[in-house]
Amino acid sequence: MSVARPSRTRKTPAPSKSGRKPTSSKDEASARPPSAHGTAGHRKDLLQAMLRVRRFEERCVELYSAAKIRGFVHLYIGEEAVAVGVNEYLTPDDAVVSTYREHGHALARGIPAEAVMAEMYGRTTGCSGGRGGSMHLFDAARRFYGGNAIVAGGLPLAAGLALADRMRGQERVTCCFFGDGAFAEGEFHETANLAALGQLPVLFICENNLYAMGTALERHEAQTDLAMRSASYGMIAWAVDGMDVEAVEQATRKAVEGIRAGTGPDLLEMRTYRFRAHSMYDPDRYRHKAEVERWKERDPILLLAERMRDNGELDDKELARTERRIGREVDHAVEAAEQGPQEPVDHLLHHVTGSSAGTVGRP
Amino acid sequence: MSSSDVKQPERTTYREAMREALREALRSDDRVFLMGEDVGRYGGCFGVSLGLLEEFGPERVRDTPLSESAFVGAGIGAALAGMRPIVEIMTVNFSLLALDQILNNAATLRHMSGGQLAVPLVIRMTTGAGRQLAAQHSHSLEGWYAHIPGIRVLAPATLQDARHMLPSALADPDPVLIFEHGSLYNVSGELPSTVQTVDADHAAICRPGTDISLITYGGSLPKALAAADELATGGISAEVIDLRTLRPLDHATVTSSVARTHRAVVIDEAWRTGSLAAEVSARIAEDAFYDLDAPVERVCSAEVPIPYARQLEEAALPQTADIVAAVHGAVD
Ligand SMILES: Cc1ncc(C[n+]2csc(CCOP(=O)(O)OP(=O)(O)O)c2C)c(N)n1
Ligand SMILES: [Mg+2]
Repeated sequence: MSVARPSRTRKTPAPSKSGRKPTSSKDEASARPPSAHGTAGHRKDLLQAMLRVRRFEERCVELYSAAKIRGFVHLYIGEEAVAVGVNEYLTPDDAVVSTYREHGHALARGIPAEAVMAEMYGRTTGCSGGRGGSMHLFDAARRFYGGNAIVAGGLPLAAGLALADRMRGQERVTCCFFGDGAFAEGEFHETANLAALGQLPVLFICENNLYAMGTALERHEAQTDLAMRSASYGMIAWAVDGMDVEAVEQATRKAVEGIRAGTGPDLLEMRTYRFRAHSMYDPDRYRHKAEVERWKERDPILLLAERMRDNGELDDKELARTERRIGREVDHAVEAAEQGPQEPVDHLLHHVTGSSAGTVGRP
Repeated sequence: MSSSDVKQPERTTYREAMREALREALRSDDRVFLMGEDVGRYGGCFGVSLGLLEEFGPERVRDTPLSESAFVGAGIGAALAGMRPIVEIMTVNFSLLALDQILNNAATLRHMSGGQLAVPLVIRMTTGAGRQLAAQHSHSLEGWYAHIPGIRVLAPATLQDARHMLPSALADPDPVLIFEHGSLYNVSGELPSTVQTVDADHAAICRPGTDISLITYGGSLPKALAAADELATGGISAEVIDLRTLRPLDHATVTSSVARTHRAVVIDEAWRTGSLAAEVSARIAEDAFYDLDAPVERVCSAEVPIPYARQLEEAALPQTADIVAAVHGAVD
């Protein structure tokens, strides 16, 4: 039997001592030399990583309007600090479980923009071979376990991935992203209890953007202090300013250190906001423009840029160069997706079971 | 003035017809209330209940958290206590989170209690594919529900049924599930003002024919009708039957049609194995075997989770051309 841990919440992330773990994969176009956290160089990396997600998704909007991308597309614009900051303390060995709002998680994880774009085009060169689309990005090699479009559907998987690591004595963390809306699903509560009971190495990242589709947090949760509720399961949980990428990073470091040390799961409630509608389908009639504008003042990219400007770390020429480089990367991703092959329809029955043609998935 | 007072044929959409049915139900019976995710302020994820919150207020048009099991179960409880809840689940894919409540409570409470309890509950949900929504938003699982004794399953495929099936569902003393195919919401047309009620218990012959029976329901009905049009130009007269009620099946209408045409193609967007199409085919084999001049053909979805890529999704689903080809297989 595991020993129940005292529930507690932390109001502010404590500063940490340890150095950073290796992070981004070599495929990431922003392949950046490691620079120490908290330094000017590092902030540049963070800014660049957030800009990359932003510009990628802005292009997605155009492509959706041009009917190049179909299905449901959920934009992450406004929430980039969470994916980018959290990723800083994940290693390539760790696992990531995500939702349908996962372009940012996927890009931060190092899935090439080209593979993500091709997926949205439904091409075989997509990271899910064109089978999944925007909501179902996967990359087994990078331990990116999807792109789940059932709200809270990924949470139990994260517990299982972590359980396997724990049983095999592997010091890996499974990072699980989900929204505030997922807090209302039984799967969240069942998984929180299961993970805390087994002291499983899961980093739960709740992206609290204050809305579950058209329903505001206070209209879907009787108790809106999500960190406090999570702590009641016996996890360490606290709320973080999800618009401040450095705050996200530090909180993640603190949590991941504990989890790697074997103290069980932690939950970070990232207080963030989506600047765009729930999906490209959503007329966004349920919130006031003024509220959106107020949050845009805390745009995570602007916030970091301002901090850097105050520190005298922002070089406008360099920023322009970065923007151009990201623009070229996105252009290239679109060109490659345009030219990506369409899967012939006689492959329709591929990848259904392990004995289907085409499949590589092995236990 | 409600639409039922309108004497001229009314131009409407499937979505509006469904909304009008809900409005009428809320107006005419104060035990009726609508409950589900984003049904109120948002107006329903497919816009069906737009405006109803403003008209009936938050007591009767109730937004719920993302808690399918809890709010479906709560609907069951309210029905036990004498209310007439209409619960909306965004799509059939998410209804799986409430499957336990639907099967283990709604469908069985009457029987387990030795007939003491009744669950007069209506659950509406979207079903089907065709919009590149991939494998967690595209499946047709109504056949699973049609497997369950104790519940009734409706699949309105026409404007008339969207507008007029609900009263019959609400009058039912037992749980009724209504499946609305996502591709139908924008279908528009005229609603005859002379029709005020429909007989929800029987399949409908949507287009009479003499050479073959095309048996289908829901989102496949427009495809079957298009196939019948195409076949007519080639001299084949196809009869198109809309099952409408998937449980209990109106088998008499199907067998009497097959007795006249001697051939049948069953079209079902669900997977072939263990499908409603399998049930219909088996019943034809049981009861109309000696009337058949050819084996029953089935046009179903390929046995694959619905893929995102457009050409693959199209290939996975029953299409008009597949129906035409199946008819030629049976006739030639
Ligand atoms: C089980 C389930 N119910 C409903 C939906 C439809 N749906 C998709 S996203 C969403 C809102 C989820 O909100 P939240 O968890 O806060 O995440 P966010 O979209 O804000 O990132 C809803 C209702 C779904 N996909 N799965
Ligand atoms: Mg949310």
